[in-house]
This record gives sequence, C-alpha cells and structure tokens, in this order.
Amino acid sequence: MTSSARQIVFENVSKFYGEVLGVNKVSFSLGPGITSLVGPNGSGKTTLMNLLTGLIRPSQGAIYVLGLTPQQPIEFFRQVGYCTQFDSFPPGTNGYDFIYWPLRLHGFDRDQAAKLTNEALERAGMAHVARRKVAGYSKGMRQRIRLAQAIAHHPSVLVLDEPLNGLDPMARAESIALFETIAKQGMHVIISSHILEEVDRISDRVVLMSSGYVVAEGQIREVRKEVHDHPMQILVRCSNAGRLAAAAFELDHVVEAKILNDGHGVLVRTHDAEQFYLLLNKIVSGGLVEVDAVAPADDDVNSIYQYLIGSDGGPV
Amino acid sequence: MSAQDLVARAQRWSKEQPWRLFGSQIFILVRNEVRRNLFTRRRIWMYLLALIPVLIILAHVIFDRNEPAGPAQIENDTQVLAGIVQLYYLRLGIFFACMAVFTWLFRGEIVERTLHYQFLAPVRREVLVVGKFLAGAVVATALFETAVLACVFLMYSRFGSAGKSYVFDGPGLGQLESYLLVTALACLGYGAAFLALSLLFKNPIIPGVVIMGWETIAPIFPAWAQRLSVTFYLKQLCPVSLPIRGPLAIFTIVAEPVSPFIAALGLLCLTIAILALSCFLIHRMEITYTAE
Repeated sequence: MTSSARQIVFENVSKFYGEVLGVNKVSFSLGPGITSLVGPNGSGKTTLMNLLTGLIRPSQGAIYVLGLTPQQPIEFFRQVGYCTQFDSFPPGTNGYDFIYWPLRLHGFDRDQAAKLTNEALERAGMAHVARRKVAGYSKGMRQRIRLAQAIAHHPSVLVLDEPLNGLDPMARAESIALFETIAKQGMHVIISSHILEEVDRISDRVVLMSSGYVVAEGQIREVRKEVHDHPMQILVRCSNAGRLAAAAFELDHVVEAKILNDGHGVLVRTHDAEQFYLLLNKIVSGGLVEVDAVAPADDDVNSIYQYLIGSDGGPV
Repeated sequence: MSAQDLVARAQRWSKEQPWRLFGSQIFILVRNEVRRNLFTRRRIWMYLLALIPVLIILAHVIFDRNEPAGPAQIENDTQVLAGIVQLYYLRLGIFFACMAVFTWLFRGEIVERTLHYQFLAPVRREVLVVGKFLAGAVVATALFETAVLACVFLMYSRFGSAGKSYVFDGPGLGQLESYLLVTALACLGYGAAFLALSLLFKNPIIPGVVIMGWETIAPIFPAWAQRLSVTFYLKQLCPVSLPIRGPLAIFTIVAEPVSPFIAALGLLCLTIAILALSCFLIHRMEITYTAE
C-alpha cells in the first residue's frame, strides 16, 4: 500500500458557493490519529468535512481518502463514517433502525447488521433507549446516536463535526475516550470542535482555519514553534527562582522571566526555547537550581488559536 | 474501437458490478421509502384523490339500485368507467398523486434535512434514484390499481349475473387488464418525469403545471413531438373510446395510432430515458440545505 493510500489528501482544493468563498487553495495530507479542525464559525471547517465526504464537490482540486474518492461510494463509505452537525433524522425512526438499515445497505446480512448495531449502541451508551423514537431524544442523545451510526460499520476514517456539542460532561468524557480508543487502533479521526481544551488533550495534530484558509497545520508543538511573533512560554518549577530568572535575563532571546507568586518557579517567555533549555541544563548541572518540573505553557490548541486567529476570528 | 471490443468491455464492466448488492440495496430503499410514503398521514389527500370515483360509483350503486340493469345500461356504465379512467385518473388523479409522491422523494428529504444520510450510505447514486423511483412507483401503482379495481368491481357488481357475465365472458376482463396496464404505465411515466423535475428545480410545482399543459396540448403538435408526452402512449392503450366531440376531443383523440405493444414499449423507453437523465442530475446534487 502506498503512503497516499493510507492518508487523507487535499490537493489545492477550493470551494465557492457562487461568489462566496467556502475554502480556498487547501492542500495538506493527514495520517492516522486524531486531527482537530479548529477555527471560528464560518471559517470553513464544515465545508472541509463536507468536501472530504463528498456531500459537496470541490470547485477546484481533488480529495483522496485512503486513495478513494466519493465517486466510488461502495468502497469509499465502507472506509468512512461521518457524524454531521445536521440535527435531523428520518421521520418516525427509532435509534435501532437508524443504525440497522444503513448497515444493511452496506451489504451486511440481518445477523451481522444486528450484531454491529447492538455493538455501536453499546459503545455510544445508547443501548437502553435504542427502541425509542429519535424524535423523543434529548440533544445529547441525538448526538450520540449519530455518533453510533458513524462508527457502526467500523470505518477507517471517522469524521466528526462538533461531536461534543450538547453532551453533558460525563458523556463528553466518554466520547473523548472513545475517540482516543479508535485513534489508537490506527484509524483517522477528524474532529471539528470549538471546545479547544478538550480537543487539545486528545489531538495529535491540528488544522487551524480562518475565513476559508488553512492558517496552520501540523503537530501542535510544531505549529507552535512556527508562530515566531509570540514568544514561547515555559514554566519551570524550581528552587532558587530568582537565580534562574536572573540567568535567563542574560539571554537575548528571553523577553520575560517572571517569578511565580509562590516563589517556587519562573515563567519564561523566549523566542528560542532550545537555547533556554541549554541554559537550564547548564544551571542545573552547576547545582545552582533544583528543578522539579519544566513544561511549555502555551503549546496547546487554545494558545495557537489565540495567536494565529485571535478572539475575533480574523487572522492576526 | 471495434464493436467487438465494445461488447467485450461492456461484458467485463458488467461482470465487475456487484449486482447482488445493488439488488439488495434497491430492496431496502424501496422498503424504507414505501413505509415513509405510503403509511403516513401526509398522504391522506392522495388516498382521497384515488377514492373519489370509487365513492361516487358506490353512491351510484346505492342510490340507483332500482334502475333497470339491461345490456344498454351496462354499455352506458362501461362508457362512464372509461371516462373515469381516461379523464379523471390518467389526466388528474394519477398526475397529481405522482407529482406529490415523486417530487417528494428527494425534495422531501431536502426539506426534512435527511438527504445526507442517503448520500453518506455506500450506495451508488444511480441505485438511489432507481430505488426511490421504484418505491414511488409501488406506492402510486398500488393505490391507483386498487382504486381502478374497486371502480370496476362496483360498476359491474350491481348488475348481478349480467355484470359477471360481461366481465368474465365478455370484454370486461380485457378492459380491466388494459386499465391496470395503463394505470401502471401512467404511474411510471409521470413518476419518472416528476422525479427528474424535482432534481432540476427547487420548486417543481410550476414546471409540473407546464407538463400538465404540455400533456394537454401535445396532440396538436407533430407526431414526433407527441411521442414526448406520456398521454400519447396511454391513449393508445385505452380499451374503450369515448364519444367526445368538439374541443374536449383533444383529451381522447388518437392522431397516429400505434399498436399497444409499441405504445407500452415506447412509454417504457421514455421512462428509462427520463430516469437516465435523473441519474445524471443526481451526480450534480450537493448537500447545501441552507441554500434550498
């Protein structure tokens, strides 16, 4: 199998709705693991997901998912499951049928389809209400039954548009655990979400979008390193914080070294994290400072989002 | 490329297709669509549309039960039945019911925002079109064939043994077969047309009115143009000619008669051609509910 046959590839993809831009000149490829699409409302996250799954066609460019396109629906949708944001269901359907009949369309026989349906219902925590009409479900239950349908046929690529919307904290934690389990099995999980803290915890990489453009893409730490305008923040918990702060200030690339309120650590802002770590090693080996913990303080999705997109959603 | 190569390629392509899966997918689509379209309160007016003549004939049977029941009366009622089928069912009842059923197959899913579930299923869009079309055809045909059967039964049952003899020993059974065939073909022909319209236009009602106008005035156009109307083929298959004169004869006149076999085949070919157009159109369709 070639590497592109294991990846999701966007090749110079643009989508215009008449004169309105959906996404423009998007090119990237995604491997297995969890990828988060992050951006403000209207930035093109859902458009990108709809393009990926063939619900809309690109005005330009091409998209390949594990070497397949939606023009081969039988093979394509065996590999892809999509939990959309559309909160609507076929009239009169119940939770069980909502999952069972699409499985039959996959070609599973009655027994297999029933087994997979029950398994998906269990995984989404919906088995106890499966025979109830979906119209009577709460928002969180509707979200979970859509998730159950998307994972029921064991796809290799799971696309989730705001999957945590409407879920209570317990269901959110369960869903996140489920996404992590799926990703660990070598699957591609693509999530769009505005709950950045939760996405940050589980994401292997991030695609940041703004106004239809991909602003940054890659592993979160790598993306953070590329943001040169904003110094990296490094939190060092240590003894003798004043000595460390003084040493740090001697470096040109350090723009701030702030002793923490409790006096047991320093928050350093630097343009060159590697150089700072070297200095820290030197100080520690010299026995001047005892270090308890070192951690980057702003290489999370939230910080990157703030730096690159800003709170108003416009590019910084 | 020679004809032999073309045939070989077609055979190879045919062998590669998962026909069994297509068959089971169509069966599931038909099942789900029929449940969604037939057994729903939204369709009550359609049942009424089909049952109005049945109710009128039933009233006629009840209130005119003391009328003489001779051969002349049977002949008269046969003409009335022909009028009901040709003027009411073929021109109005089936037309409007098919308009409602077949335009709703895709438009309804857009209105209810559920079409994306169909597009995210591992089903070729052509299979989706065929499955939905057959579901609509099953619904419309079952309803109107039942109505036509009920009309024939009520119309001749009041004549007792004379009516039974007309149906089973006379021309009645042949006429019934023709009416059932015409009804089924009308459902297929109109159904295909309205399915294609629903994929072409966001609001298919105005084009539907245009089609109705075309079906009405087609007889005044040249023969080749008439072949593009559904009623051209249906009129050829009607077993009883109506004695209508004047401008209304446009509804019944057959300008260039063809054999029933050719008429049925012609309508089926027209239906397949329109379905092929629908298959082409469905590939252009995108899920943009907010734009609808």
